[in-house]
Amino acid sequence: MLKGKGLITVAGLTVGALAIILMVFGNPVNMGLCIACFLRDTAGGLGLHSADKLQYIRPEIPAIILGAFAAALVTRSYRSVGGSSTLTRFLLGFIGMIGLLVFLGCPLRMLLRMSAGDLNAWVGLVGLIAGIVAGIWFINRGFTLGRAVRQNAAHGYVLPGIFLVLLGLLLFNSTIFLYSSEGPASMRAPLLLSLGAGLVVGILAQRTRMCLIGPIRDLIMFRDPYLMFGMVGIFIAALIGNLVLGNFTVGFEGQPIAHSDGLWNFLGMALAGLSFTMIAGCPLRQMISASEGNTDSAVTIFGIILGGAAAHNFGLAASPAGVSPNGQIAVVAGLVVVLIIGFALSGARVLQQRRVTEGG
Amino acid sequence: MVNTVDCRGLGCPEPMLMVKKQIEVQGKGTVVAIADSEAARENIKRLATSQGWTVQVEDRDEEWILTLTK
Repeated sequence: MLKGKGLITVAGLTVGALAIILMVFGNPVNMGLCIACFLRDTAGGLGLHSADKLQYIRPEIPAIILGAFAAALVTRSYRSVGGSSTLTRFLLGFIGMIGLLVFLGCPLRMLLRMSAGDLNAWVGLVGLIAGIVAGIWFINRGFTLGRAVRQNAAHGYVLPGIFLVLLGLLLFNSTIFLYSSEGPASMRAPLLLSLGAGLVVGILAQRTRMCLIGPIRDLIMFRDPYLMFGMVGIFIAALIGNLVLGNFTVGFEGQPIAHSDGLWNFLGMALAGLSFTMIAGCPLRQMISASEGNTDSAVTIFGIILGGAAAHNFGLAASPAGVSPNGQIAVVAGLVVVLIIGFALSGARVLQQRRVTEGG
Repeated sequence: MVNTVDCRGLGCPEPMLMVKKQIEVQGKGTVVAIADSEAARENIKRLATSQGWTVQVEDRDEEWILTLTK
């Protein structure tokens, strides 16, 4: 049976292929799977923002969570833990999401855009790497959000429970939610396909610990390529899919659901890269970790959802026309806040270790 | 005395970073690491193995004791 690098490579190829299949069957172009976009659409579907083109409870989200939850239970890797700077993680998720929506996509969508020839996404990748390098700089200076502690197993059931209820309502009482009739959120793969794909992604990502911040971080910090096999797998499968489908145009201008303002593509992803490095993983990883019982990650997901709502309520998110002044101010302000958090918590690990030593 | 690195409750990449520092400082001998997540366990195992240490994993009440020797 496959394991290690082989398994995560196959998982990456599968996730990339599923993203292409979801796009073919109705999800938006270069957005077959995007955790940030889908959490933002979910926020819209719940009425948390009023961008009427971005409202749909994307079934992929509860499916990924429930798939990962089931995989964690079956393999006995479920552990309810929490209490590691929970509110700070909420804030970093919130701010990181604004960066993602200024770029227009999470690292997963960045890969899909890169594989379709969207050069703006390659600029985003450079920004993401810059943000991760800044995060590593803080981590090497002793930045830590502290230890999580074991909790009663029931606490970890809350998040999968919430999304199970959401899925139940979507299936059996769907009229209570908002649905876009035009724009990206009106583009939907069939419900059962979205659910099936989400379940597979959740299971594979849980078993392989797939992440799209970790690959770059681990390669730089430890020359450890393990997670990179998954990231490259996603890219290669999506590249092949896009080439076969003829959805491959190299250029900056006119790319689907993208803008070509290089500075803000760079800075948006740099902000996201730094924020998500501090909380130890990309939005997909946060969802998987939350499904495995990490209640800090669960709270982070609500930070991401509310960050998405704020980004649209206050005009911070970019559109294909570009990035608004509000969005530019928000990115700069976000960078300032995240840097303050970074400096404030640098050296925290040294204190923590000293305490352990002195204590025993 | 065997040095113990307690990685419980820490998120990536802190467990790897702490173990890496310890095995670099020591160079050889025995290092014990305690992990309480699959991610930390696998990451420590991979890191130590890549640096030429042998790793023994003991499963103890939802925690793992990793004994690294070189």
